[in-house]
Amino acid sequence: MDVVGLKEISSDVVVIWQWGFISLNATILYTWMVMALLTMVSWLVTRKLSVGPKLSRWQNLLEVLVSAMRNQIREVSQQEPDQYLPFIGTLFLFIAISNLLAIIPGYVPPTGSLSTTAALAISVFVAVPVYGIADKGAIGYLKRYVRPTVFMLPFHVMGEISRTLALAVRLFGNMMSGTKIGAILLAVVPLFFPILMQVLGLLTGLIQAYIFAILAMVYIASATRAHHEKEENNKHPSKGER
Amino acid sequence: MDHISIIGMASIITAGLTICIGSIGPALGEGRAVAQALSSIAQQPDESGTITRTLFVGLAMIESTAIYCLVIAMILIFANPFWDYVVSR
Repeated sequence: MDVVGLKEISSDVVVIWQWGFISLNATILYTWMVMALLTMVSWLVTRKLSVGPKLSRWQNLLEVLVSAMRNQIREVSQQEPDQYLPFIGTLFLFIAISNLLAIIPGYVPPTGSLSTTAALAISVFVAVPVYGIADKGAIGYLKRYVRPTVFMLPFHVMGEISRTLALAVRLFGNMMSGTKIGAILLAVVPLFFPILMQVLGLLTGLIQAYIFAILAMVYIASATRAHHEKEENNKHPSKGER
Repeated sequence: MDHISIIGMASIITAGLTICIGSIGPALGEGRAVAQALSSIAQQPDESGTITRTLFVGLAMIESTAIYCLVIAMILIFANPFWDYVVSR
């Protein structure tokens, strides 16, 4: 029944198709399936959009999703969300969909493999300096590392690396442990109880997607924010008293 | 004792100890965080959205220490490199 056996902690070892040195494992297959699903649904829905009061239910769904994401980004970063929506929204949607599809039998969440989560974390690791430099310029961004003194430089660098590692291992550990606990419980108490854990696993998956996106936004905002706060304080000096 | 039994015994005992000790700290920390957040929400219900979001992010940070321990324990039991080396020899 299970695609990944109890003995393996990653879906990378399940090779579905092999030709020469090119092999297609379960992680890659399901990643591409999730990507295709997301792309197809958004393409089909956005093909005929209406601006009037009468809209299709799919357009309504996408509008709710996008406006909720915009609100969250605006609240977390205190900036206009347009610049960050493509990256953060894609992270959230991809992780959420790939976690939630776990209710389908035979599907293995690609986020339960350390290579997928490491790739996602590395894209956040790259996005932070990209947004920071785009916002403040290279000098302004790099100045953050030597603040308050130059002795803090190694700690800043260590912090960047360790938080990337934490992002990857957190998502991987949560998703992998959810699957494994389900499999172990199925062997110990096969009646009803694994279903409850599965439901809990869906909730955990959604919360982890939310946390991953929010943390990515917090990291990007911390690289871009100081500049904006100073501007805002100059504009509204009495903001704190309201 | 031969190598296989020593490595097997050490891995299993260490995996149990890892989970056991590693879950104490995060459990205490999460309890404190949730208690503090609940009392903050009781005092300022208007700010419950911000408090809840910050609470979730903070809980994820705290929980990741326990998740590290879980990953180490899982590696020790399911994907132990020393075990694989000794078995393959």
